[in-house]
Amino acid sequence: MSVGAMSRRTFNKWAGAVAGTTALVGAAGWESRHAATPAAADGLASADRTVWNACIVNCGSRCPLRVQVKSVDGEDRVVRLLPDNTGDDELMTRNIKACVRGRNMRERLYSPDRIKYPMKRKEGTKRGDGEWEQISWDEAATLFAEKLKGVYEKYGPEAVHRMYGSGTWNSHINYKVMWRLLNAAGGQLMYYGNYSFSQLHTANKYHYGEYGESPSNSFEDSIENSKLLVLWGNNPQETRMSGGGALFTSLAASRKEGLKIIVIDPIHSDTAALLADEWIALRPGSDAALVAGIVHVLLENDLHDQKFLDKYCVGFDEKHMPDGVPKNLSYRSYIEGKGADGVEKTPEWAAEITGVPADTIRELALELGNTSPVNITQGWGLQRQANGEANCRAVYTLAAVLGQIGIPGGGNGGRDGYFWPLSESLPDLADDNTTEAQISCFGWLDAIQFGSTMTETQDGIRGVEKLSTDLKFLVAMGSNVLQSQHADVQQVREILKDESKLEFLVYIDNQFTRSAEMADLVLPDCTQFERWDLVPSEYTGDMTYLLMCEPAVEPLYESMSGYDMCALIADKLGIKDKYTEGRSLQEWTEHLYELSRESIPDLPSFEEFRKQGVHRYYSPDGLTVSMKDFRKDPKANKLETPSGLIEIFSKDLYEMDKTWTFRNKRKGDRIAALPEFIDTWEGPLEASAGGKYPIQLIGHHFKGRTHSTYANLPHSKALHPQVLWINSSDAAERGIKHGDMVEVFNDRGRVHIPARVTPRIRPGVASLPQGAWFNFEEKKGIDTGGAVNTLSSLHPAPLAKGGAQHTSLAQIKKVED
Amino acid sequence: MLGFYFDQSACNGCKACSMACQDKHDLPVGVQWRRIYEYTGGTWSVDGATATPNIFTYYTSISCNHCDNPVCVEVCPTTAMHRDDDGVVSVDPDKCIGCRYCEWVCSYSAPQFNPDKGIMTKCDLCADYRAEGQNPACVDACPSRALDWGPIDELRAQYGDASGIAPLPNPEVTKPNLVITPHKKAQSWDEGTGSVANQTSEM
Repeated sequence: MSVGAMSRRTFNKWAGAVAGTTALVGAAGWESRHAATPAAADGLASADRTVWNACIVNCGSRCPLRVQVKSVDGEDRVVRLLPDNTGDDELMTRNIKACVRGRNMRERLYSPDRIKYPMKRKEGTKRGDGEWEQISWDEAATLFAEKLKGVYEKYGPEAVHRMYGSGTWNSHINYKVMWRLLNAAGGQLMYYGNYSFSQLHTANKYHYGEYGESPSNSFEDSIENSKLLVLWGNNPQETRMSGGGALFTSLAASRKEGLKIIVIDPIHSDTAALLADEWIALRPGSDAALVAGIVHVLLENDLHDQKFLDKYCVGFDEKHMPDGVPKNLSYRSYIEGKGADGVEKTPEWAAEITGVPADTIRELALELGNTSPVNITQGWGLQRQANGEANCRAVYTLAAVLGQIGIPGGGNGGRDGYFWPLSESLPDLADDNTTEAQISCFGWLDAIQFGSTMTETQDGIRGVEKLSTDLKFLVAMGSNVLQSQHADVQQVREILKDESKLEFLVYIDNQFTRSAEMADLVLPDCTQFERWDLVPSEYTGDMTYLLMCEPAVEPLYESMSGYDMCALIADKLGIKDKYTEGRSLQEWTEHLYELSRESIPDLPSFEEFRKQGVHRYYSPDGLTVSMKDFRKDPKANKLETPSGLIEIFSKDLYEMDKTWTFRNKRKGDRIAALPEFIDTWEGPLEASAGGKYPIQLIGHHFKGRTHSTYANLPHSKALHPQVLWINSSDAAERGIKHGDMVEVFNDRGRVHIPARVTPRIRPGVASLPQGAWFNFEEKKGIDTGGAVNTLSSLHPAPLAKGGAQHTSLAQIKKVED
Repeated sequence: MLGFYFDQSACNGCKACSMACQDKHDLPVGVQWRRIYEYTGGTWSVDGATATPNIFTYYTSISCNHCDNPVCVEVCPTTAMHRDDDGVVSVDPDKCIGCRYCEWVCSYSAPQFNPDKGIMTKCDLCADYRAEGQNPACVDACPSRALDWGPIDELRAQYGDASGIAPLPNPEVTKPNLVITPHKKAQSWDEGTGSVANQTSEM
């Protein structure tokens, strides 16, 4: 068995492929496997045709699917799905096999939950009443256009917003259709950040100099070069389950002789269960405290890399502080108890907060300090906290203290690295947008309620100092954020019901989600199986690829591709030519493909690609070693921070803390210049103090679905039912047995869901895996769907203004029959 | 005799194998020719504010093991359940009366009652695919490459002969044509300290 073994031979073969050899898909390694996928495996012999399409959910992977179509009673039907067969089982040419999610795409295509035709809210009913009137596409497009024009005239473009939502967008065309339409029509309020990593997205700017992600070295690089791989809140075996992505590469890492894996997570995740040599179970929200305890030990034992810190960083010690700040604000002063709090960050101090014994912290620190190279990769759970900005920067800081940044086998503390796709997306006409204003992706609900009072220093408005209007016209496309994925769903429901605030809500999707219930106009998108598109890889390490997305069947019912419906609306707005540039969806697909051929080596002709389905390609620079140019020469390759260096202390943040104010200020609302532990509202310390709500409730990503996609499908639910993860001792205290129906509750809501009593989660912590559809029984005030956001808070993180949905306290009790 | 190989040290319990099987055979919800058991055990030691885990979890993906001693065949009152020359155990739909004796007697839950058809159904190692030189659907589906199939002698030569891993029963009873590469924390069938963690509804 040699899953993903990176033999020298394989590596050379791959390196050869980079140099231009076309023999990427070789037979090497197959002979060691009894049953490698036969390249000719063509599934159902009686199928009329097999076309290449893909699963395009937002797991961070993307998987090709071979879709088999057969005429049944004179109608084309998708009858079977087949996995990728264009690669093999070797690390750099691996088959991109879809997981349990993508394998159920056929049920999603034919789901009774499909939105079948355009609908508007019935005259005389209130938003959320659930009474609909079927309308024609012509009427729907006219209604959209008239309402949009009305809002533009009365309030201007800042009142128009296409909200975050990743359900149908992980492809080059459908991703951009609505932004393109709204930019062409007159502009829109945009957002920054994303629900995946809002806090990291902003904190990264002040630490490494750029908004967004600064990924670490790739798993492939770790396989080749690391001695130790730390997966800090990073769970590739569940979040990124593609057989062509991080599931495969992390498994291969676990099989590399001499590469130890440590998993740090409140949950005994499948990554911990399968890959870890050691699992450290900390309390949620305590990551920065664990780092501080580790750094204390490193300093005590002189295991920190002082030379690296001196040359590449600002703010580690008092000798390397920016001008104009008082004494004792450095990270070292914080660790040594010379800072404002006067507390030394000993392992004993960290143990009280993290729940990890001091001796374990010592051993971990010594192992980190005595091993090189070490790749610390962080997932995105620790930053989805009220103190998330500091948590993610703390892990970055640990990588710097160890001097591991910019070297093969090391890493910068970001998530596992990748080579970003080079293929082209539909242009969104951003230059035509008439406003620069941006809100946080999490800020749309605030903008509905009090947009015209939202400012830069209170609400994180960017592009302008303050908004000019409340939000009035909202488009949710492939976004079950409205009623499942945003925080405090019941509160959202109440705010959306107020028709004096939000004037028009359009919902576009291929499934009638809970969010659709809140709309004024519902439009049926078709699935990717019914339209043309191009699908790029995303976070799939050092194997990057492009996938064909060809329609297998005609759009079902009256559904229509996002592109075609936007073209229809553009026609009503009198901007059809501007929108389409004279191209059909298929013509755009071919056009973008041709553009992509200019930057991607050896991409075949479009017609050839229709047959081939998958094209793998690689960085000309080899395996991903993050920030290697900066390491080589920090003066020639400055970071975009004010100092050009890594800012462990950020003077920008220090200054912002003096001027920023907070709405409904809660404990921990401040802008920290250092990556320190911040004791927040509903954090680990409040939980361990006991009280009304003693359980820290998180919502980990779960295997059965990606966010809320696939969550409604019976086959998916049967294999991966929604349950509450509760530790065996917490369950015993409450008289709860495995499978019992329990109530999870706090002041924000109540959920009824079966319990999964398990030792696989820390005592004092429970998880309601995120993504289940909210199923609200309004009269009882109970969500029986098990949406974790029934219980999470709308209060945003202080700097990034992103959702802090893993910061939440609750109580759990058995539901008596 | 044909059988399956399962690499427990690769399986994350995603169940793509089961989904691919259901897709290939158009199985209704709840009819799972391939099932994945999560086996979990261990304890926490709590000391004041801190807690230290000593926990294990591993998955076992099981279809029909096409046993050398197929008790399902033995108990079948109509000879519908039978074993072919290549060792594959299958159901003759024309003979099956849906009495469910085979379901009751099989320790692996391999025979599955299909309520739509009123008869027993089960894995036949994708006989149609095999006839065309293809692998069973589950084998090709696995993102972690944890499954294989073939003549059991070859599988044993390549992967060893372990099959008595908890929570599976004593292999001596039915003599399954199954080979497992155990998870590093796997426990023997008679020394298991954990429990099956799946919800009842998943079974």
